[in-house]
Amino acid sequence: MAFAAFATTTAPEPAARRRSPIALLLLLPGILYLVLFFLAPLVSLLLTSFQKPTEFGDIGQFDYAFRWENYVDVVQAYWPHIVRSFGYALIATVLALLFSYPLAYFIGVKARKWPLLQSLMLVLVIAPFFISFLLRTLAWKQILSDESFIMTSLKALSLMPTDAHFTGTPIAVIFGITYNFIPFMTLPLYTTLERLDLRYLEAGSDLYAHPFEVFRKITIPLSMPGIVAGTLLTFIPAAGDYINASRDFLGGPDTQMMGNVIEANFLVLQNFPAAAALSIILMSVILIVVGIYVKRAGTEELL
Amino acid sequence: MKISLGKWLLPLYTVLALTFLMVPIVYTFVFSFNDSLKSNITWRGFTFDKWLNVCAVQNGAVCEAFANSIIIGVVATIVATALGTMIAIAIVRYRFKFRSQTSLFLFLPMATPEVVLGAGLAAQFLSIGVPKDMLTIILAHIMFCISFVVVTVKARVSSLDPALEEAGRDLYGSPTQVFMRITFPLLLPGILAAALLSFALSFDDFIITNFNSGAVTTFPKYIYVSAARGIPAEANVIASAVFIFALVIVVTTQVSQAARAKRLAKQA
Repeated sequence: MAFAAFATTTAPEPAARRRSPIALLLLLPGILYLVLFFLAPLVSLLLTSFQKPTEFGDIGQFDYAFRWENYVDVVQAYWPHIVRSFGYALIATVLALLFSYPLAYFIGVKARKWPLLQSLMLVLVIAPFFISFLLRTLAWKQILSDESFIMTSLKALSLMPTDAHFTGTPIAVIFGITYNFIPFMTLPLYTTLERLDLRYLEAGSDLYAHPFEVFRKITIPLSMPGIVAGTLLTFIPAAGDYINASRDFLGGPDTQMMGNVIEANFLVLQNFPAAAALSIILMSVILIVVGIYVKRAGTEELL
Repeated sequence: MKISLGKWLLPLYTVLALTFLMVPIVYTFVFSFNDSLKSNITWRGFTFDKWLNVCAVQNGAVCEAFANSIIIGVVATIVATALGTMIAIAIVRYRFKFRSQTSLFLFLPMATPEVVLGAGLAAQFLSIGVPKDMLTIILAHIMFCISFVVVTVKARVSSLDPALEEAGRDLYGSPTQVFMRITFPLLLPGILAAALLSFALSFDDFIITNFNSGAVTTFPKYIYVSAARGIPAEANVIASAVFIFALVIVVTTQVSQAARAKRLAKQA
């Protein structure tokens, strides 16, 4: 529900800030908490990722070491999962953007005359958040399973080959990820489109620009902050997600993503260094992608 | 013909898109009335039974998981809201060294995938030998809620008119009085919004919980574990009840806000 981060309008900076020891008192408890439970865990993840198995030890016993080969091992063993994670996340992000833009445009621009309708439509956009993430994914699994009404009808109408499956395929996983993160895309888009000054669009058409040209040269650039925020809010959790890809949900054996193998290595196989190395890779790639993307899009003021 | 089509295309799309978003919600709700046996996959007839006897199934396993989620959500929300609000006030109101670095640091937990947050904490608990139980879940939830609280409350603090507090000081209010009677009441809507958001995040979290829960079952974890063998309709009942509850809260606030805006506009 990260949308709240972007659903609020930025107000002008208030009067001059003061220096005071109170600031430190206010900051310290929370920052200390995050150092202990956010930063320190990342450090222990990094340390764990270099551990080597204890000699003659049990499964799940490791010693601190500098075994950088762990990274080579996991990339060799799991490169398809790594590619899938970022590939699925990228496709899902693009699909969510295509799905959300017209929706956000209607709610934020066309529906401005009716504020109540506007807020009720927004409630519908965030409504999926009010029902368990896992249950709504399972609901799709059942709606689109091979025996379901939709699938049997499509097959009866010969719109689909009779031996085709939907669940368990990469398409189903990408579909699930897209569905689950649509609100993260729609809300930041809505926030920027809602504040879009329509006079710019009028100016464009007054100067005889084709509506398409107006959209491409004015609407899109002006809604760029929303596009950047929305794509990041979708891409980051999508790359790390493992519910949709899980076998019990929309995925199958050939759709496993990085999250799935991190979970399996950590919680089932007790191969903690492998899980840690994969997590560090996931986080580093995301930070690099986010860094480049934010720089290129020119919106560094995200928080 | 062409013009009317263009005019109706976007509203039509909006209706279809919103309907699409509602599909799994309606499905979950409908199947909470299914007269199902163990698993809840095929429709076997309508019943209110599952709503009336939610806790009856599996010796109350669903309800126990639900209760755990509520306890974790409440405790994590209270702590995260307190810590996050304090940070938000400090960042907007005070000047200090490393201010922008602090903001960046607070942004990081939101930019980190949940699976990394979960595995990291689990690795830390493992290396210092802390057994995983309810407490480790709560500690994890507080961590990922803080940043969201900061962002939500920060917006409210920066929209606060400093003149109101100045007026309080001009009228000889002590700093405590000014805070309790002016600042805090004005911040309250933001703090409440942040608390609701934290609770929602905590309640629906699965990934981080899964890494740090040990034998404790929360509601999402219950669903994940049961997914392979079939989820009883009682889980749909709980999810639907939570959904309706959240929807009522949100719609009431939206409608009352709209009514208030109308009233204010009339006065002006």
